[in-house]
Amino acid sequence: MLGKLDWSAIPFDQPIPLVAGAVVLVAILGVLAWVVIKGHLPYLWREWITSVDHKRIGVMYVLLASVMLLRGGSDAIMMRIQQAVAYQSQGYLPPEHYNQIFSAHGTIMIFFVAMPFVIGLMNLIVPLQLGVRDVAFPTLNSVGFWLTATGALLVNISLVVGEFARTGWLAFPPLSELSYSPGVGVDYYAWSLQISGVGTLVAGINLVTTVLKLRTKGMNYLRMPMFCWTTLASNLLIVAAFPILTATLAMLLLDRYLGFHFFTNEAGGNVMMFMNLIWAWGHPEVYILVLPAFGIFSEVVSTFSGKALFGYRSMVLATMAICVISFMVWLHHFFTMGAGPDVNAIFGIASMIIAVPTGVKIYNWLFTMYGGRIRFATPMLWAVGFMVTFIVGGLTGVLLAVPPADFMLHNSMFLVAHFHNVIIGGVLFGAFAGFEYWFPKAFGFRLDERWGKAAFWFTFLGFFITFMPLYVAGMLGMTRRMQHYDVAVWRPWMLVAAVGMAVLTIGVICQIMQLVVSIRDREALRDRTGDPWDGRSLEWATSSPPPVFNFAFNPDVRGEDAYWEMKAHAKQQLLEHEEPEYQDIEMPRNSPTGFVCAFFATIMGFALIWHIWWMVILGGLGAFATFVLFAWRDHDEYVIPADRVARIDRVNLEERRRLVSMAGAI
Amino acid sequence: MSMTATAGHAHADPHHIGVVIEHTGPAPKRIVTAYGFWIFLLSDIVMFSCFFAAYAVLAGQTAGGPKGSEIFDQKNVAIETVCLLLSSFTCGMASIAADVRNRFWFYLGMAVTCALGLIFLTIEFREFADLVARGYGPSRSAFLTAFFSLVGCHGLHVSAGVLWLLTMMAQVFAKGFRADIQRRMMCFALFWHALDIIWVAVFSVVYLLGSAP
Ligand code: HEM
Ligand SMILES: [Cu+2]
Repeated sequence: MLGKLDWSAIPFDQPIPLVAGAVVLVAILGVLAWVVIKGHLPYLWREWITSVDHKRIGVMYVLLASVMLLRGGSDAIMMRIQQAVAYQSQGYLPPEHYNQIFSAHGTIMIFFVAMPFVIGLMNLIVPLQLGVRDVAFPTLNSVGFWLTATGALLVNISLVVGEFARTGWLAFPPLSELSYSPGVGVDYYAWSLQISGVGTLVAGINLVTTVLKLRTKGMNYLRMPMFCWTTLASNLLIVAAFPILTATLAMLLLDRYLGFHFFTNEAGGNVMMFMNLIWAWGHPEVYILVLPAFGIFSEVVSTFSGKALFGYRSMVLATMAICVISFMVWLHHFFTMGAGPDVNAIFGIASMIIAVPTGVKIYNWLFTMYGGRIRFATPMLWAVGFMVTFIVGGLTGVLLAVPPADFMLHNSMFLVAHFHNVIIGGVLFGAFAGFEYWFPKAFGFRLDERWGKAAFWFTFLGFFITFMPLYVAGMLGMTRRMQHYDVAVWRPWMLVAAVGMAVLTIGVICQIMQLVVSIRDREALRDRTGDPWDGRSLEWATSSPPPVFNFAFNPDVRGEDAYWEMKAHAKQQLLEHEEPEYQDIEMPRNSPTGFVCAFFATIMGFALIWHIWWMVILGGLGAFATFVLFAWRDHDEYVIPADRVARIDRVNLEERRRLVSMAGAI
Repeated sequence: MSMTATAGHAHADPHHIGVVIEHTGPAPKRIVTAYGFWIFLLSDIVMFSCFFAAYAVLAGQTAGGPKGSEIFDQKNVAIETVCLLLSSFTCGMASIAADVRNRFWFYLGMAVTCALGLIFLTIEFREFADLVARGYGPSRSAFLTAFFSLVGCHGLHVSAGVLWLLTMMAQVFAKGFRADIQRRMMCFALFWHALDIIWVAVFSVVYLLGSAP
């Protein structure tokens, strides 16, 4: 009746996950109870859960990422403490638990923090920057988000019901095959990634189509803001790479569920095929994550330097070059597995070539700053911090791309330091920069600068204190994923790293404080102009937060830095405005499709993990029925009448006129 | 924005090289839908490529089990291929009928497409069942694993296509040829033709190449 599920799935003997799970459960129930009692449920349902507005969905993505960042972060703290105390002792985490923690940490950080964070920001901002009303497929967008949430939910369920994979974040076979991992851990891993992977693919298709087909009038390719370019590149990579992940995980699941032999040791299965497939997805994946961050930095650096981006065209070229080359270097992840010197040399050189366009970008940012009037607001701090951190990470990457060096450093703490260097210093700093930069756009008030700067400095220092020692430990021969060790020279570095983790944690706390303080002081921090940073691209041309329809009129773009030009011209023409003629606007109607689909996907995923076949069928039927029901809808759009558009837009125009006349006076 | 309305003179693109084609704004819905669906199809083809690659890697790994030439039945495959190619044709007819809003030819085209799809699926299912009965199931060897997965993945797509087809017919029956239903019909046709193309690849890579002794 319940497949493999019974009481033994709940780890009554392990206090840590139980307590953690209980705390989370109580927190969730508390929030739910508060929502219901305060009567917020209808509002939440109407305005958020069923919303197909790209801005709302973007915000929900970022929220999901932030919550999961806390979850993944607590895993990180546990691991650093373990390695700090586990010198010549077992530490406080038993091996099988430690293995689950590092696997969950990697999986969560990549798939449920970094991915939703960048996808959320792209969702939120790209349609605004392109000057359009929504993404290409609004309802699908909501489906994509909720499927991602399903994946995250399944991972968290594994904390209490059953276990998570102990195989690392890429679940290499044969360790992940049934014979070595008979539990449900790998199944949790694979199904949550399969389901959220569908969500990611949907988001990718949506954003590619949006950028290619929905740009506003006059928005030629070479007038698109840099963030739109990197969004395009990143989503092209999603569309090309995520199906590889889907296929690979499907093969692993077939091996596990039906006794197939793709990656087994018996009957002719081929483990190296897994390596090739997973890294053919995995290397592009790191650029899927980092390219949007590059875009954010481009926007931030040029805004806060008060200059157009230096070398815009070379930036575009570099972006697209990275997009292509990232597909040709995957093998550098397994230099040590016997492909031979020729193959290794070719892939080594190809890997180093990626450093060239990346270098071009760094120089362009520096030249943008050169001679600019730089304002060190919080987003700019993250951008500058990123440049320092990412250069270190890139250099160590190039070092790893030298096959003989990689033979020494592969699977060592050096590698761990490298990829945290690029992923924290690149992706996460980018996400934070984007968060600080676009927060006023999304919510209509700025974030507190003092707490923001404190958060930056603690995170920045904490990062270096945590990860530089890992480079040293790696050089001293410490391999990754050690539950305990007996080598005395590693010990001090692990202790330093643990201290760094504490500093990082203070950074996170500052960030939470920043949010709390800013919400408290939101009236004082209110952004009435819609353009708090003196921005250059179209998202600043509308009010903060933007109305559902984003723009009362489709903007007409006359050059790069569209909004900057508009402001400049408005100044010159001393603002004689006649009232524009407003028109009715058609917008997509809300739809519970995404939420309901995800509900059934959750049921189905859970049932698949536990082999509860009747429930699988139920979930599948439910999902299909939802689709048909959605397809049966007759009116999926509603009309906002012209006079309402006018009322909303007049307020915005008035503020904007004041802004420009003030700037004109100076 | 109204502000640009005040910027009367058109000014040159600073990076102007040759002729700049002015972008005229968002594409119509039909184009956007088709474009998005094309991208989805491309991603689906990437997924199939992985199964093709796996097949190429594992085709020789028979682990003492049968080779391709020992289990493939050319006659079955020929019938399957004819069915699928014909169904692509009838699907095209149905699309045209939908374009000119002719219900009769639309239903007929779709019904024949459906029947051909079902014949294809039946033959494939019998082939699979027969192999399993002879002890040559997918867990017998890595070659059979790859074979069942690749061909089965295509078969699953065809099954999904049949479900979609029936839903399309029901929708036209209930709502007629509305613009959004026409768009869905276009996507369905694209999907069905893509399956045909993938089958040609399966046919060549698996059955033709695999039948060589
Ligand atoms: C100049 C560019 C880069 C080069 C040449 C480079 C090179 C490498 C190499 C050779 C490895 C494999 C090391 C080993 O397993 O022994 C590696 C691992 C890794 N890199 Fe990079 N990298 C670069 C940029 C990046 C970026 C931008 C990211 C992320 C946004 C990233 C994320 C990772 C991750 C996550 C791993 C570890 C994978 C694992 O768990 O094994 N890298 N890199
Ligand atoms: Cu790589």
